[in-house]
Amino acid sequence: MAVESALIKFVKEKFPNFVISTHSFRNDDTIVIRKEGLKQVMTFLKTDKNTLFNMLVDITAVDNLGSEPRFEVIYHILSLTLKLRLRIKVPVEEMEAEVDSITSIWPGANWFEREVFDMFGIIFKNHPDLKRILMYDEFEGHPLRKDFPLKKQFPRIQMREVKTKY
Amino acid sequence: MSGEAGFLTTKLDEMLGWARKYSIFSYPFVTACCGMEYMSVSCAHYDIDRFGAGWPRFSPRQSDLLLVVGTVNHKIAPVLRKVWEQMAEPKWVISFGVCATSGGFYDNYATVQGIDRIIPVDVYIGGCPPRPEMVLEGLMLLQKKIASQKQELF
Repeated sequence: MAVESALIKFVKEKFPNFVISTHSFRNDDTIVIRKEGLKQVMTFLKTDKNTLFNMLVDITAVDNLGSEPRFEVIYHILSLTLKLRLRIKVPVEEMEAEVDSITSIWPGANWFEREVFDMFGIIFKNHPDLKRILMYDEFEGHPLRKDFPLKKQFPRIQMREVKTKY
Repeated sequence: MSGEAGFLTTKLDEMLGWARKYSIFSYPFVTACCGMEYMSVSCAHYDIDRFGAGWPRFSPRQSDLLLVVGTVNHKIAPVLRKVWEQMAEPKWVISFGVCATSGGFYDNYATVQGIDRIIPVDVYIGGCPPRPEMVLEGLMLLQKKIASQKQELF
């Protein structure tokens, strides 16, 4: 177990009810929080003068099929002023695959959340325009889910017959 | 007289074939990294102009040869077919690189497993990406095909 960084300690003391667990490895800090507290924690991290995480680097997700909770939404944030980096993980149940949108905090979250929705089917509540961003509208399902059939395709036009064996 | 007429037709075919194979206007449909190799072929080092195919036309209506360079996925498939449909006859298609030819290693939810499922293809060039020499050989194969095929008069 690595030594807890000052940043993790600070957040833990501020939100004892929301922090589920933390992880730290070579200055690479991770905090797992409950999704109920996501917006509150993120707003705090962005505005508090000790953290000032003013840049949202990326949002992505992991599908841990077979374990509970199934999904994890992951936020990478960066403080340009204080030169801090932090990873926030939010566990999401399969039956209730919804998290609050953080577009009101970082507007750049808009397309990231659309990508996570497109690939994993996780709904972002109060997102201004939650629709597919990479796949086309005729596509059914969410291709990065582990239970999506490996070679399932949805052609948009009639495909020609081709000889596959010679 | 009839023998002479037959003789004349073959010569016309040959003449048209010779003219067509050395005046290929290509339309580069470039979607991926093979485009770098396409640039290399078209520029001075390998110089596709030596083969009479040095003039890319960025309108399908003015081109004879559709070069499909790179991965084609299902999202862009209708666009590729529309581009092909807009080209005037006679027209030919080269599948440039393994992704366009068979999907390559993109055997997944997004990629068309070979553009021959969308449009008919005359020459397939393998490689990831193909060397410029391979592209030129493919072009020469196509020229052979153009010269020896029946010349339709549209």
